Amino acid sequence: MNPAEANLVDLVQFFFMGIQRGCIYAMVAMGFNMIYNATGIINFAQGEFVVLGGLMMVSLTMALHLPIVLAFILTVLFVVVVGVLMERLTINPVKQPTVLRLIIITIAVSIITKGAAMMFWGKGSHYMNHFSSAEPLDFHGATILPQTLWIMGILLLVVAAYVFFFNFTMTGKCMRACSINRDAARLAGIDDRKMVMLSFALSAGIGAVAGIIITPVIQMDYTRGAMLGLKGFGAAVLGGLGNSTGAVAAGVLLGVLEALGAGYISSHYMDAIALVILLFVLFIRPSGIFGSSEAMRLKEF
Amino acid sequence: MLRLVNVNSYYGLIHILKNVSMHVSEGEIVTVLGANGAGKSTTLRTISGLQPVKGGKIFFDSREITGANPEKLVNLGIAHVPEGRQIFRPMSVYENLELGGYIIYKRYGKKQLKKEIEGLFELFPILKERRKQYAGTLSGGEQQMLAIAMALMSRPRLLLLDEPSMGLAPLIIREIFQLIGNLKKDRKLTVLLIEQNANAALKIADRGYVIETGKIVLEEDAQKLLANQDIKRAYLGREQREIWE
Repeated sequence: MNPAEANLVDLVQFFFMGIQRGCIYAMVAMGFNMIYNATGIINFAQGEFVVLGGLMMVSLTMALHLPIVLAFILTVLFVVVVGVLMERLTINPVKQPTVLRLIIITIAVSIITKGAAMMFWGKGSHYMNHFSSAEPLDFHGATILPQTLWIMGILLLVVAAYVFFFNFTMTGKCMRACSINRDAARLAGIDDRKMVMLSFALSAGIGAVAGIIITPVIQMDYTRGAMLGLKGFGAAVLGGLGNSTGAVAAGVLLGVLEALGAGYISSHYMDAIALVILLFVLFIRPSGIFGSSEAMRLKEF
Repeated sequence: MLRLVNVNSYYGLIHILKNVSMHVSEGEIVTVLGANGAGKSTTLRTISGLQPVKGGKIFFDSREITGANPEKLVNLGIAHVPEGRQIFRPMSVYENLELGGYIIYKRYGKKQLKKEIEGLFELFPILKERRKQYAGTLSGGEQQMLAIAMALMSRPRLLLLDEPSMGLAPLIIREIFQLIGNLKKDRKLTVLLIEQNANAALKIADRGYVIETGKIVLEEDAQKLLANQDIKRAYLGREQREIWE
């Protein structure tokens, strides 16, 4: 293999790594957006949904030996219930829900969830079998894990389901309506509080899926939520807060940039790279790189 | 049909509505006149449940609805078209109408919703032409038509209309007022109308109230209000011309 070829192989390898992470950031960012659109707040417990998904999946598959599909469904249901409980018990009862109050509540929920996860699953990191073989596939000298293909495939499914839900079902349209113009939605008879609950349920569900599919490659532990949440938040901002197609593109982009940075600069700076990108976006273009599509402009009228 | 008894309402500490009492009978068009900030919009927002009531009672069909939320009131047959053309701009015209008919969808399902929209397209042919466009790309008049059409989708018996002519060209204003008059005739709709354009409002209205700093100061037949010198001076802006004539 000549040096030029080796460089290319490296590049492809970093790219694969980046996509794998990026898909997860994309899903976390979608979760952020859903709650942001419904309530105008950033849910800082979003990362904990991912952790809970991963850890629950570990228990169900590794300890209870349930089949993967069944464990997958149960795990998502479990985290959805957690999301709904969070909304019902901590967000819904707030008498004067200002954005700042609600955000602080989500931080509290995140700390409590983290503590509970530590009590229940312990401090160690948890290993989980890959969905299919853990044997890397060869791709012209670079390798890709079958799990990465699973991750990409599931992200595509989630995005497809998301697009279908918000564009072709009445409930999805009602959720969009509430985020565009709450008063008008209420006057049409749409119960905005129910939509807020639903947004927590869906966003917890997406978080759980992200946690489940990433756990085989990163090994989940109870502290992972903060960093995953932060990177996902970076992706959400990069894509334009509230814009979910933007979030998916930005999430994958962020993952790839991070992997390239880790590969070509230093892997010590891997986490810093995502945060530096986040800072730059906030300095230069706070509306995000995809934040100016026609629909978004119409929304701000 | 609708009765307000000593209704009070506040924005924070500011007392907006002070013991407002009024009524609207079945089949009437009633208009509320008043200067900016007199409490006209607040009156409508209080009736439709967007604005909390503090003191006083509201009845609809002799049933008390004080403090009910908008979701419930639309089910009882009250539709509110708020000021400023509150439509879902990034969504298509068709989707807007679907959402306007949310309670029809909930009660009778998707098929009936579709039928209902087709029915409305006969009343608003322009919306049929524009059905696939983003609502935000419509002209002001078309947006106002859409806002009214959305409210009609819920099959209301009482329509609360807030400044339907705001910012529109005179020709379009005439069209919209014609439409409101027709709705009363053809659909037996009862309308409570707020309008800066008092002249146009009084021409189609049966009765009018005048509200000043949150208090109802006058109730009169629309024809008499049109002829009333004080009203002319205060809200119709016609006195000057008559002096010249």
